Amino acid sequence: MKYMLTLFGPEGGMEDASPEEMKAEMDGWAAFSQETVDKGAFVAGEGLQPSSTATTVRIPGDGGERSVTDGPFAESKEQLGGFYLLECKDLDEALEWAKRIPLRAGAIEVRPVMVFDTP
Amino acid sequence: MLGDFDLAEEAVQEAFVVALERWARDGIPDNPGAWITRVARNKAIDRLRRERTLDVKREVLEGLERLAPTSEEIEEKAEPDLSDDRLRLIFTCCHPALRPQARVALTLRTLGGLTTAEIASAFLASEATMAQRLVRAKGKIRDARIPYEVPSAEQLPERLTSVLATLYLIFNEGYFASSSDALIRTELADEAIRLTRVLVATLPDDAESRALLALMLLQHSRRRARLDEQGEMVLLGDQDRTLWDRAQIEEGLAGVEALAGVVGPYSIQARIAAEHARAAYAEDTDWRRIGLLYGQLTRIQPSPVIDLNRAIAVAMHEGPEAGLRLIDEIQGLNRYAPFHVSRADLLQRLGRDAEAVAAYRAGLELSTNPVQRAFLEKRIDELSG
Repeated sequence: MKYMLTLFGPEGGMEDASPEEMKAEMDGWAAFSQETVDKGAFVAGEGLQPSSTATTVRIPGDGGERSVTDGPFAESKEQLGGFYLLECKDLDEALEWAKRIPLRAGAIEVRPVMVFDTP
Repeated sequence: MLGDFDLAEEAVQEAFVVALERWARDGIPDNPGAWITRVARNKAIDRLRRERTLDVKREVLEGLERLAPTSEEIEEKAEPDLSDDRLRLIFTCCHPALRPQARVALTLRTLGGLTTAEIASAFLASEATMAQRLVRAKGKIRDARIPYEVPSAEQLPERLTSVLATLYLIFNEGYFASSSDALIRTELADEAIRLTRVLVATLPDDAESRALLALMLLQHSRRRARLDEQGEMVLLGDQDRTLWDRAQIEEGLAGVEALAGVVGPYSIQARIAAEHARAAYAEDTDWRRIGLLYGQLTRIQPSPVIDLNRAIAVAMHEGPEAGLRLIDEIQGLNRYAPFHVSRADLLQRLGRDAEAVAAYRAGLELSTNPVQRAFLEKRIDELSG
């Protein structure tokens, strides 16, 4: 079963990082991602640019016009920063991956992907 | 004589009892294969659920009791065997991906065999709310694929907290039956003890697991003294303490002593139960110490029910006025029958009969247990007539 791990966290914090610190940070992510590939769990995964680059399309739901606004879907201290889509045998396996993601602070939401029956 | 006043203590700490098992003390004769008899007994009990009259039940139950497994056979079953289906299921039902309330409800439903109504009653929640909670939890297990597995050795301690809470609730449901069928509830208490033994055998270093086992044993040791010949409940202060199960008390007290300085919710509760077990006569009970222990408990685990227990202990030690003052400060127990019964008892003690009757009526309205209802009706009649 595929699980989507969405990563939320405070943005920024690396602006004053030294090149060494930056490299250590990137290496941590690369190592984690590589392991999901090596263990055959990796389906997809990306990191996103900061929420200052986000644009939101609002759908009123009453047939009204869709509006385009600057900024993320929800103003919050913790913002969506990336995701992994992983193939796992059950929730425990997905949670084991989630617990090891090198996110420094924030939250990771783990959700099974919907499976549609194709006729 | 402590007399009627004990109702309060009994009502809260032991709630209302329907254990119809005083015949258990008449001994267990020969024992054929424990496994087969246990299954046979459970099947018979299922049939009994549908029986109407108490007399028929008694007769059949007396026969069944002779088939009950001996304590040695139960001991044997308590081998640390993590492949035990029930244990595996308990860890699944107590998975951290489920809300704590849902974990407990699910375990009671799945392993305890309780009805949704009984679980709702145990949680002071409505049946509709509980049904929804169960549906949601089962849905998540299925859709998010929560595995049916015993957690790995490193995850085990982390999962334990909610397992202990679950087992204690099962025990309480067995001990303080919220609805009619007495023996089935006793089976639940036995089952909770059995499962806790399995846990302790598996995790012998976990103090709170050992404390929970001691607590259950000390409470269960009183079961034979809790009903009289007519099947009516006997309050803690009026119980014939020679009927208390000495072997269980000794095992429980030894467990409490081995806890030494451990401070946890079950350790403190086990110490409170030990205070009762140590008192040869009700008058010997050290209510001051029990009040202090409840104070300690409410600091690490704030709860209006614990505050109520503390108020009762204070009433026993300092008098009904002091107890009533504390009870009237408690918020959030208006739908909890023992709250009203405890208040009623203190009011009666203070000679405020009209207020006592009103409080007994409030308790009666919330009570679902027939033995408890009979008891409360008798009280109201006495005070009104």
